[in-house]
Amino acid sequence: MMGANLLLPLSGLVLAALAWAAGSVWLAGVTPIAASFAPLETARALLALLQGAELWEHVAVSLERVAVGLGVALLLGTPLGVLTGLSPLFSRSTTPLFQFARMISPLSWMPLAVMVLGVGNAPVYFLLAFAAVWPILLNTAAGVAQLDKNWLLLARSLSATRRETIVHVILPGITAQILTGVRLAIGIIWIVLVPAEMLGVSAGLGYFILDARDRLAYSDLMAAILVIGFLGYLLDHAARTLHKRWLHAA
Amino acid sequence: MNSPLPEPALAIAAAADAPAVLEARGLSYAHGAAGPVFSHLSLSIRRREIVALLGGSGCGKSTLLRVLAGLARPAKGEVRFLDTVQAAPHPRSALVFQQASLLPWLNLADNVGFGLDFAHQPQTGKAARDERIKAAIAAVGLAGREGAYPAQLSGGMAQRTALARALARQPELLFADEPFSALDAITRAEMQSLLVDVVHRWHTAALLVTHDIDEAILVADRIVLMGGRPGRLLHEWTVDIPRNREDHPEAVGALRLAILGALRHAS
Repeated sequence: MMGANLLLPLSGLVLAALAWAAGSVWLAGVTPIAASFAPLETARALLALLQGAELWEHVAVSLERVAVGLGVALLLGTPLGVLTGLSPLFSRSTTPLFQFARMISPLSWMPLAVMVLGVGNAPVYFLLAFAAVWPILLNTAAGVAQLDKNWLLLARSLSATRRETIVHVILPGITAQILTGVRLAIGIIWIVLVPAEMLGVSAGLGYFILDARDRLAYSDLMAAILVIGFLGYLLDHAARTLHKRWLHAA
Repeated sequence: MNSPLPEPALAIAAAADAPAVLEARGLSYAHGAAGPVFSHLSLSIRRREIVALLGGSGCGKSTLLRVLAGLARPAKGEVRFLDTVQAAPHPRSALVFQQASLLPWLNLADNVGFGLDFAHQPQTGKAARDERIKAAIAAVGLAGREGAYPAQLSGGMAQRTALARALARQPELLFADEPFSALDAITRAEMQSLLVDVVHRWHTAALLVTHDIDEAILVADRIVLMGGRPGRLLHEWTVDIPRNREDHPEAVGALRLAILGALRHAS
């Protein structure tokens, strides 16, 4: 059972690696330097990078940015989402604005963000938080709207105070939805992170990719891509585990 | 008073002269501008009595239950609970819904004990609360599953937990709004006899809102038929068929026909 569970996902990965190998052989025939894109070269580069300190520093910087961006998005998105879910007035007056802003790729704010916030970490934090705030806000609002009416009725039948209702019913009741929002937000942040780090910063995985290109270190570049994919997978897995833990789903 | 100690599950029919737990007089209720849902409605429930409030969907029986439980304010009339006018839900009343509506982030024991420590509940020590929770869980046959989470419970077990949550409040009166209609037939039959058993052992009265004639006959000491527009109580039957009532098909059948006849007249 366990074997079969692993076999199918593994076969997909192996197939992709084979396609990668075939593609790089073909590409090397056209442009000889592309030989360093090949899986074996990449694996060798990855091993070297994992043993060195440089890659880990870039990873740490990137993860810190994710944490700050997500934290800011949570601080803004959760209260705004609760407000949207509770107040029809607030919801009606802000929904068009939010839907409008949500559909603008956060990266299009980049020039403006750099102009206003200067180069460095600040514009990256801004872009990440701006990307992540919408799924958190919208999921929180949906969570409030979907609260089981019977829970509120139960609280009222216990003559619960307003504080008791919020602390014991509403906040825990929407936590699952907030965690869903966090999971979506992590996905978006991780995608926005790399291009956001390609401008005006001197560390992070996005910077590392550009740097590898400039050094013509293509196997390092491919290794960085693998690291980005793997870390993203881990982050998503962590968010999903958190969600499951909270709901105690079997 | 309401000792949760297990006693033999005898069919103790409520004595006709037992004092009332709940007494509603001249109740009217209206949603906003729409006409009254019900008006001039009076109902009393005696101690330890199981009353089934029977009616078709949309007849206002769930609204009536909310008014009686103190969750909605009547436009006219008053509800007295244990001889005092009820302004807010009484701590000695408890609710069971059609859905179990357990809190998924709490385990079974915490769900059963939910709200017992709220500010407006009678003050009890932790040990006493734990004792009540334990007794309630045992009463619905879920001892040993205290640590399970709602996502791990079947529909029937979830509804048992909801019943235990109501029992943990040591209610004088249990309000149940179609509590078994979402369950499959076999689980429903189990839950019906569990409800009767538990209500008798815990010396509780119950108001069971249902649209299921058979359920009303199998469970209730008294059946009240609600209908009309605005809603009113059309008919009342005292069910004196001995339990288990499945063993008395002729009497059950006769009552069933009488109720069906009354329903036909009402529509």
